[in-house]
Amino acid sequence: MDISKEKMVEMYTIMSRIRMFELRVSELFAAGKIPGFVHLYAGEEAIATGVCANLLGSDYITSTHRGHGHLIAKGGEIQFMMAEVLGKKTGYCKGKGGSMHIADVALGILGANGIVGAGPPLAAGAALACQYQDKGAIAVCFFGDGASNQGTTHEAMNLATCWKLPVVFIAENNMYGISSCTLNSMCVPNIADRASAYDMPGVVVDGNDVMAVFEASGEAIKRARQGQGPSLIECKTYRHRGHFEGDPCAYRRKEELEEWKEKDPIPRFEQKLVALGVMSAEQVREIQDTLKKQLEEAERFAEESPFPDVSELMSDVYTA
Amino acid sequence: MPTMTFAQALNDAHKLEMLRDPNIYVAGEDVGIYGGIFGVTGGLLDQFGPKRVRDTPITESAIVGTAVGAASCGLRPVVELMFVDFIGVALDQLFNQAAKMKYMFGGKAKIPMVLRATCGAGIGAAAQHSQCLEAWFMHVPGLKVVMPSTPADAKGLLISAIRDDNPVVFLEHKMLYALEGEVPAGDYTVPLGKADIKREGKDVTVIATAQAVHTALSAAEKLSADGISVEVLDPRTLNPLDEEAILESVRKTHRLVIIHEAVKFAGAGAEIAAMVAEKAFDRLDAPILRVAAPFVPVPFSPPLEKEYIPSEEKLIRAVKTVMES
Ligand SMILES: Cc1ncc(C[n+]2csc(CCOP(=O)(O)OP(=O)(O)O)c2C)c(N)n1
Ligand SMILES: [Mg+2]
Repeated sequence: MDISKEKMVEMYTIMSRIRMFELRVSELFAAGKIPGFVHLYAGEEAIATGVCANLLGSDYITSTHRGHGHLIAKGGEIQFMMAEVLGKKTGYCKGKGGSMHIADVALGILGANGIVGAGPPLAAGAALACQYQDKGAIAVCFFGDGASNQGTTHEAMNLATCWKLPVVFIAENNMYGISSCTLNSMCVPNIADRASAYDMPGVVVDGNDVMAVFEASGEAIKRARQGQGPSLIECKTYRHRGHFEGDPCAYRRKEELEEWKEKDPIPRFEQKLVALGVMSAEQVREIQDTLKKQLEEAERFAEESPFPDVSELMSDVYTA
Repeated sequence: MPTMTFAQALNDAHKLEMLRDPNIYVAGEDVGIYGGIFGVTGGLLDQFGPKRVRDTPITESAIVGTAVGAASCGLRPVVELMFVDFIGVALDQLFNQAAKMKYMFGGKAKIPMVLRATCGAGIGAAAQHSQCLEAWFMHVPGLKVVMPSTPADAKGLLISAIRDDNPVVFLEHKMLYALEGEVPAGDYTVPLGKADIKREGKDVTVIATAQAVHTALSAAEKLSADGISVEVLDPRTLNPLDEEAILESVRKTHRLVIIHEAVKFAGAGAEIAAMVAEKAFDRLDAPILRVAAPFVPVPFSPPLEKEYIPSEEKLIRAVKTVMES
């Protein structure tokens, strides 16, 4: 696969930015500064990063409740994300949405989502708009193994093939939907096996290998752009944290987590790039330092920002 | 009487009924191994096993739809929607199937099922995890709608709901789960369709539901210091609505304020106010006032969410207004 060194370093940087941002979010949550639910993506960063590395600014994504990674990978700025998570006026949604609803339509981010399985029809709809207006753009739908069992997901995939929509479905199979293990919630070993029912290509990839994700999704995205219709790519992965912050996670074995931590996509890619001579150890340190500074600045921005004024409660319900 | 939380009281009701009737099964997302996200179904899987306590995939339409189908064939499902906001995914199975089968089939079907769901704002869960949608369900002939405010009522009403031969939507406000109170041990029922006076008073009736009952009780305490005697009435069941209890209270106090957390426009309070206006207009000394959420989705940011939720201050102001006219 043809890929520049710069692109690989950029992917490494994005994965690291996601990880660092979320670790800080988890600390802030533990400190009681973040209300509501926070779902972290730690361990799954290679998926959003590998997929979005193929996307253009004009392309669309739909995200999930576990959305921080998708947003950052699609170009979301962490200062506005941090402000949103803290409920501040300067956040992406003026504090009205919070972690579960961060969106920036101008960046092609049609939102994190609080409803499991809501994304696939929305992504198909975004793809319909792209096809209808001949935009040359495509849509990508990130969804979980849990979401793969919702009727909405099946309906969207069927319609996407019927209408040959330029959409790519990215299943993030982390083996659990809260406590529900895929061994009990699905009757086929792979979500991608279902692709044949919709007459679209279905591929399984190692979701902890950012290059594998980049390549497989690159093929599917190319296909969509050329008007050949939708694809389904299943990325096998694992979440490092509980379903939400505060989840005691009693339904998973500790050893299972340890095994998957061995396959952590970030150190894995780092070692690979250093071994290939793409990055030096020195460069790794520089990247980490820069990211740390950016995060501190983002947090300062968010902390210093005001909460929305109560007079803003009633605005944004309707378009005038 | 033992003291229990609201969540424990609901758990107790499940256990007692499941022991009594082998046709009851429980299903929903994370109700088994996890014991329910809010802990209501904890221990049921261990006690009753996977045949009767079923962890489902994320598939609300099928959770509700299988309950309707099974209920029509002799089982008594008690299924959980983790958040009432998710009813959108499953709505057809509830309002076109569960609610209408009996009528459409000329009475030759019954659907004895309970759909439990968490509702309400207060934890920063934002627009898709915080709604109060009871008015949606009230509007559908064929459904019963229950909304308890105390641990004892939660237990007694859930047992009645399970024994009822109709589809019952049972709404649990998430801010109540940790609330403690005395709960009668063993078999205990609170009849559906029967309101409860949570505090007696003579100057003004405040009708309140779920979490707002506690807002009303606290406001009533403060108002009594100003010499205003407030009667707090909790309908407990919104459909069937205990019209007689409401009218009796209003005939005594001649003033009515209604508080609920759902948006005011076309909310449960609108139905109650209209009913009172139709049936007891001449007994009212002041216009009926409603204190409820503004017409806006539930916001995330804490100051906005706080402003959204109908407050004690707003209720006190409304009570003083009706007292002045
Ligand atoms: C319609 C709907 N049902 C249930 C939920 C509650 N819920 C939130 S996330 C989640 C699990 C989702 O699992 P999956 O799709 O595998 O995504 P993951 O959390 O593993 O990333 C559930 C059940 C919801 N938000 N929306
Ligand atoms: Mg999952």
